[in-house]
Amino acid sequence: MKTVFEYTRGMRPVTTTYCPGCTHGIAHRLVMEVLVEKGLLGDTIGVSPIGCSILSHDYMNVDMCESAHGRAPAVASGIRRALPNKTVFTYQGDGDLASIGAGEIIHAAHRGELFTTIFINNAIYGMTGGQMAPTTLIGQKSTTGVDGRKKEISGMPLRISELLATIDGAVFVERVALNTPANVRKAKKAIEKAFTVQQMGLGFGLVEVLSTCPTNWGLSPVDSMTWLEENMIPYYPLGNFRCPEEVK
Amino acid sequence: MATHKYFFAGFGGQGILMLGQIMAYAAMIEGKEVTFLPSYGPEMRGGTANCTVIVSDGPISCPIIDQATCLVAMNQPSLVKFESLVSPGGHIFLNTSLIEQDVARGDVIVHPIPATDLARDIGEERAANIVMLGAIHKMVGGVKRESLEMALKKVLPESKAHLLALNLTALDAWKQK
Amino acid sequence: MEEKKLMKGNEAFAEAAIRGGCHLYFGYPITPQNEIPEYMSRELSKHGGSFVQAESELAAVNMAYGGALTGHNVFLSSSSPGIALMQEGISFMCSAEIPVVMLNISRGGPGVGGIQPGQADYRQATKGGGNGDYHVPVFAPASVQESVDLIYDAIPIAERYRNPVMILADGMLGQMMEPVTLPEHRAVRSEAELLAEKPWALNGHGDKRERMVIQSLHLKPEELEAHNMHLEEKYQSMRKELPKYQIKNCKDAEIVFVAFGTMSRIVNEAIDQLKTEGITAGLIRPITLWPFPEAAFDEIDPSTKVVISTELAIGQMMEDVKSAVAGRFPVELIYRTGGMVPTPMEVARRAKQILEAIR
Repeated sequence: MKTVFEYTRGMRPVTTTYCPGCTHGIAHRLVMEVLVEKGLLGDTIGVSPIGCSILSHDYMNVDMCESAHGRAPAVASGIRRALPNKTVFTYQGDGDLASIGAGEIIHAAHRGELFTTIFINNAIYGMTGGQMAPTTLIGQKSTTGVDGRKKEISGMPLRISELLATIDGAVFVERVALNTPANVRKAKKAIEKAFTVQQMGLGFGLVEVLSTCPTNWGLSPVDSMTWLEENMIPYYPLGNFRCPEEVK
Repeated sequence: MATHKYFFAGFGGQGILMLGQIMAYAAMIEGKEVTFLPSYGPEMRGGTANCTVIVSDGPISCPIIDQATCLVAMNQPSLVKFESLVSPGGHIFLNTSLIEQDVARGDVIVHPIPATDLARDIGEERAANIVMLGAIHKMVGGVKRESLEMALKKVLPESKAHLLALNLTALDAWKQK
Repeated sequence: MEEKKLMKGNEAFAEAAIRGGCHLYFGYPITPQNEIPEYMSRELSKHGGSFVQAESELAAVNMAYGGALTGHNVFLSSSSPGIALMQEGISFMCSAEIPVVMLNISRGGPGVGGIQPGQADYRQATKGGGNGDYHVPVFAPASVQESVDLIYDAIPIAERYRNPVMILADGMLGQMMEPVTLPEHRAVRSEAELLAEKPWALNGHGDKRERMVIQSLHLKPEELEAHNMHLEEKYQSMRKELPKYQIKNCKDAEIVFVAFGTMSRIVNEAIDQLKTEGITAGLIRPITLWPFPEAAFDEIDPSTKVVISTELAIGQMMEDVKSAVAGRFPVELIYRTGGMVPTPMEVARRAKQILEAIR
């Protein structure tokens, strides 16, 4: 009998505590599949900062460390400098990366640090309970903006991929989404390329993953997918922003 | 136990800290105890600069001085500001090329040295600090001449090694009348 | 043994860290410690090490955590406001049990303060500026040579306890030059030797073992309490094993000064000055500020009239001095602050006044 699907050994055989319909599970799996397929699982160190995904070290079958809120890029820089032959990644949410850790991600990219960042953008703070993030859309409700985000008060949502694509050291930047099977496949391809860039020593790579947060959005998992497609993708266009010739 | 407490002062760019460092090195080469304490601040150039060098045959507890046995004033403001620091019977070296004022106190030994003029005469105004060092050596002693030469070699960075001969000339530029 | 060199404090400290085996350094420019990152940027690559000028002290301390969690030795330096920014990382590393050695070339505060020497980071260093139940051993050198020795020795201490260790120096020690004898370079350990010594270090599981995690998040309070009690056991060992101090003629002293670092050198000379006036004075010089060397205070002669905490801060150490004296003697304070440093004469004069008021 032919095996058409199996549990990746990149994930530990445990049940996650993520909410029903949350796309962290898909994103975790994609990253781990890529590491398994590249034969890097045993040589990788991951960094999980504060946010729902700080618990990713319970699920991902690689050596991992936690980091303080927003500091994962600095921690990853330190690891990579100590272990120049290993593979290093950070797995960060949007509150973490785009708000409190904006300085760290910009400067890690600016130094062209040789690690890969998986940036989960679900336009809200998950772990702390649905507060507004820099990425929260105009009109989107949050527990710190109950009438919806207003431009006059909070400015326009921050587009991280576009921002980082202006930095020379960020040689690979792509935005993907997890709302359809086709987009999930594209997401995996982008993650694969981002790790290749690291392996080749070309510079810093980031994949922004548009994700859902049904619990804090107050929507069903299915409606969340629709909301992502109708609201997030128009403001956060999918596609590659930077890619070196070597991995095109 | 002989202890010399030197206080070097001038404006930034006059090589005040280098002057102190050479003195400190020379003393260390002779196996003496030594501390070198610079003033530090945001002025990279053009501000005031001073440093304290203590040379002793025994252990030095405090690198900060209440009184100097020897003040080296490379410009006028330094004399005004630090004249009172000198202990009675101590020495004041004046760079008379830049200082017109006389020392007001009568209880100190004053050495007028036209250091900047003498340095200009040998072709390098910036060597005034070394001219002064030569004068201090002749009038106060403290360290041997060959120690100063060795210290000069240590303190001059490789890129300035070609300036050694000039500096040795500067060391002898002032002659006791 | 190498020959003596005349070295600027900051450069000697950096060299001591390199010779001690710290080949990773992360820092950010701040006066009066800039010679340290400058020195590291020149020298570390010669030892196969890595220097990163971080975007902030906040990033630097987190880079240090990242570097050190691989088992490699890391050195960090900054000055007071920069150390304030690092508190997040210090608390985190204590929790995650990651050893680093860090140096504070402290200056006058609070706030941005000034750049002249200060000791007003005493409380920040010894009582913890970060959150939670944690401690950091703090060593306070009084000379360039002692700084070099303490930095060198702090590296294995940090490794032994798996905890950050701090050297609290000040702008004067960083900027002054004194002759130093540098220690030998510690043997470089191979990656395999490092991992054998530090089985907790992350290096990738190599498909040979279970994946490992380094963490400071413990969501279950019973787990966190157990973790904190484990840390507390280490702190108890440190309290027993680390206290270090120097004592100078406390036997028949009317005045016993307590002073550390730069201030202790000024007090030393003030003691000589007081002697010429017929006043006998002694000195307790804490070398560890945490754990505070309380045993030193048992050596004070019962005839002593007064204990004087002498600081470049307004009575920060005095709190610990009072606690150690435990009511046995009156405790007074002599201080300058904001970057002002008293002369020995000034200290002697103030001490005399205090003594006369008590007599």
